[in-house]
Parts: sequence; C-alpha cells; structure tokens
Amino acid sequence: MSYETVIGLEVHVELKTNTKIFCSCSTEFGAPPNTQTCPICLGHPGVLPVLNRQAVDFAMKASMALNCEVADVTKFDRKNYFYPDNPKAYQISQFDQPIGENGWIDIEVNGEKKRIGITRLHLEEDAGKLTHVEGQGHSLVDYNRVGTPLVEIVSEPDIRTPEEAYAYLEKLKAIMQYTEVSDCKMEEGSLRCDANISIRPTGQKEFGTKTELKNLNSFNHVHKGLEYEEKRQEEELTNGGEILQETRRWDDAKKQTILMRVKEGSDDYRYFPDPDLVHLYIEQDWKDRVYGTIPELPDARKERYIQEYDLPAYDAAVLTQQKAMSDFFEQGLQEGAPAKQLSNWLMGEVNGYLNQEGLELEELPLTPKALAEMIALIEKGTISSKIAKKVFKELVENGGDPQTIVEEKGLVQISDEGAVREMVNEALDQNDQSVEDYKNGKEKAIGFLVGQVMKASKGKANPQLVNQLLKEELDKR
Amino acid sequence: MERISKEQIRHVADLARLELKEEEIAHFGEQLDDVIKAAQQLNELDTTNVEPTSHVLDVRNVLRDDVVKPSLDRDDVLKNSPDDDEGQIKVPSVLE
Repeated sequence: MSYETVIGLEVHVELKTNTKIFCSCSTEFGAPPNTQTCPICLGHPGVLPVLNRQAVDFAMKASMALNCEVADVTKFDRKNYFYPDNPKAYQISQFDQPIGENGWIDIEVNGEKKRIGITRLHLEEDAGKLTHVEGQGHSLVDYNRVGTPLVEIVSEPDIRTPEEAYAYLEKLKAIMQYTEVSDCKMEEGSLRCDANISIRPTGQKEFGTKTELKNLNSFNHVHKGLEYEEKRQEEELTNGGEILQETRRWDDAKKQTILMRVKEGSDDYRYFPDPDLVHLYIEQDWKDRVYGTIPELPDARKERYIQEYDLPAYDAAVLTQQKAMSDFFEQGLQEGAPAKQLSNWLMGEVNGYLNQEGLELEELPLTPKALAEMIALIEKGTISSKIAKKVFKELVENGGDPQTIVEEKGLVQISDEGAVREMVNEALDQNDQSVEDYKNGKEKAIGFLVGQVMKASKGKANPQLVNQLLKEELDKR
Repeated sequence: MERISKEQIRHVADLARLELKEEEIAHFGEQLDDVIKAAQQLNELDTTNVEPTSHVLDVRNVLRDDVVKPSLDRDDVLKNSPDDDEGQIKVPSVLE
C-alpha cells in the first residue's frame, strides 16, 4: 500500500525586543543565570504585567510578512501547567484571539512552487531554561529567559515531505530575519521547532494518528527526524501495528526518534482570559504604520536580482536565502563589483568557507568592499584568479585590504611580455619531448608546458599571456 | 453531588497537584457542586444583547515602552528558593 505523509510545523521565534514582554527586565542572551528577573516575570503575588508595545509591533510585522490577517481585537489568556520552567504555573499566551491568522508562504522544492498555509501566529512569553544534572537527582533553573516575547507560528497540515518542511523553515527564517523581528539563532534557542507527522493511505481523506517530534535543534534534525518517523510509521502500519499518539524526540547520535511519552487524551490547560491584561484594539492606522516598516522580502529580492542583475534564478535564490548574504551582495555591488562575479565568489568560495568552518557570514573579517576590490584586481589583470584564491584566504581569515595583501606578499601577476617570454623559452628548452609531441600534433602537450611555466613563476605569470606566447614560441621552433 | 462526578473531582485535583482522600473527594465535591450551582443561576439571565466580556474595566491598550530597567539582585531572588547551586535554582529532577 502506498502512503501519503502529512506534516505540520510549530515554530517558536523569540522577538528581538530589549525587554521582556510584560516587564522591563533585559532579554539579552548570555547573562549570568537569574540576573535578569523581577517580581513580575518571577510571578510573585500581586504584581501587574504590562504589555511591551515593541513586542506587539514585531508580532504584527511578522504576521503581515507571513500574509496573515491581523486581528482588530486581541487578548491574552493563561495556559495552566505545572513545570519548574515557569514560576507562575501558567504561561501568558493567546488562545482564541491570536494576533495573526490565515497566512501563507510560498516555498520551492526541486523547482516546484508550493503554497503552505499558516493557521495562526500568536504572541506569548517564553519559559525558563532547565538544565538536567546527570545522576544527581536534581535539575537547575535559570529564569533569565522567562517572559522573553515569542511568536508561535503554526502551519496548516499542507506539508507532504521532509524536504518541504525544510524549505518551509528556511523561508520562514529568512522572512523573520528580513523583517528584523528576530535573529533566529537556533543555537541560542531564538528559533525552535516542533513537528507533527502522520501518514495515511494515499487517497484517504482522514488524517492518520500523529506523533509529535521534539528536540529538533537544527533544520537538518527536522529533516532527518521526519524522514525517520515517516519510515517508522510506514513499517509499523505495514506490519499490522498501529500508531500511538505520542511525543518522540530526535536522538542525533543514534539517528532515530525515541519515545518520550504517550499522550493520553488531550492536554488540559484550562485556558482563561488573563484578568491582569486588558484587551488590545488594533486600529487601522496602527496597522498601516507597522505595514510601512516591512522591507523588501526574500522573494521580491530574488525576483529583482534576476530582473536587474541578470542573475540565474539559482544564484538569486541562494543569495537571498539569508539576509546577511543578500545584504553583503548588495554592498559589494555598491562597491562596484560585477553582479555575476560577485555572486560566484559568494556562492562558491565564501559559502564553502562558511560551511567548512561552521561560521556565519557576520563572523568573517571579510568586508563587501574588500571582496569587490579583489574582484576588481582580477578584472584588471593585476592578479590571476588562481592568485586570487590566496588573497581570498587571507581576507577571510585575517581581513585587510586586497591591494596591500597583493603588494606585501608579492602576488602581483606577471604580465610583462619580455619576462614571460623568457620563462616560456626556458620551459621549452628544458622539455624537448613535449615540444616534439606538440609538433607531432599532440595538442595536449601544451597543457603540460603551461604548467611548467606557471610553476617556474610560482603561479604569478598571467595564464592567458603564457598560453599565447607558448604558441608563438612553439611555432618558431 | 449531581453536577460534578467523583471522576471529575479527581481530575481537577490531579491538575492542581492535590492528593485527596476518599472522604475529601466527597467533601470538596459537595462544595464545588454548590459553587457550580450558584454560577448556574447566571444562565437564567437573558444575555442576548450583551457583548462577551472577560474584563470588568472599560480599559484597553495598556502598553509600555521597550526600555530596560534594573532587575532584582540575584541574592534576593534566590532567597525565595528552597535550594540553589551556582546562581541557579535547584529543583527535583524533571527529566521526561
């Protein structure tokens, strides 16, 4: 029997506000434990939470960028649960009147476009951070993160493959970064994802029983976890078993999902309107003001790169996937770099280096100006593209100015005809066999001779000139 | 007890992390039943033209600016915790 997979994603994104959602404690990441708390976020009796205007603006902006309808009236509710990550024993969230509803984003997988619906986006507070101490019988709690504003973004069950899930997350992250509502650093927990997955016989209308995946610490883990779970569920059903509604976590070391708990009945959070917080009315002029702050989004940029700079669709997609890369590209253009060359360097050497070192573009000492100048040196013939790789290495590792690096390291290309001709003749004198092979019609022999000249010049001879002079000198012999 | 079953009492007690003895279930069950009975009287009112309300105050859009103010001193924070370790609050193991 063939099965169809149905995936829904729940993404939590921390908003980049200075302060928490209901109090004035700082949200800065990395502070010593429990130094950013107050009676409000610690849930002491009698305190009064007051909503952060910036958090609302960001949630509205995110909603609009995800094509959601923004509510005219919204409110906050208490979601009740006992767990030490939350000192109040309830989380302030939104139940039936979220800020945003009925949105969508477009994704592309293997050249095929698909629209994924977004059910809702709501504003809530983050929980504290628990550290489980192995073998000690206790856990440690840091409440710095408690009360950091979050938006929870829930997708429609429109996603059918782990690849689509990956593409959805990439696009969602890009939009959150372009709108600057979040820095979306998974390693710092400012973007987190849970996935629901079920399978059903192809053609069946009803959904199968779903499992929920947690501990997905990177988009790769989401992809791998869903792939594993898809196969596990199919095997289970094929072998006559049944899928239980359970929560599983991805164990990346074991490359499998592991049962955390079986869900019995639905959760009972007893939501009710938070009596400490009044209704929020979002008038049209407020919406208009926020709408005016939405910058050009990744899809629009991609389209512009194709139209304005004549870039291939592939280049445009890679460059716009991350705001930092796209901004770097645009700054490089302003420094006068030709679009296609700049794109080649960014997609090839720069991305290659980032992947190899596990770094982010912002962490490199390389500046758009330096890269543009290096490309200009290649265009002018001052350095060969081979030498450029040496200059590039210096630039990504230590930064600096390409012209100075070229001069200091003596990397200037030798384009002096007399000097190159001398090297060519030296190579010809030392390689009689190759000269003879060439004369006998073995065109390939010239490649070896070019290599010899380049070696003798320590890679600095202008390769086009070497080629040209080799042919001239060979014809004379 | 007509309006609320023993099962429901146990469920609510469980959600509130309360351990109730059999006689307490009967005792609190009766009380809760009375509370619900009192609340049910409200159903007799005609609310056809009354807007749903979750708040008695006619106040809306109370917001503050996104400006950092000093947090509590950590030593003060930890005074409320039964036990702590290197600035963190120590709780019984909660590994799921």
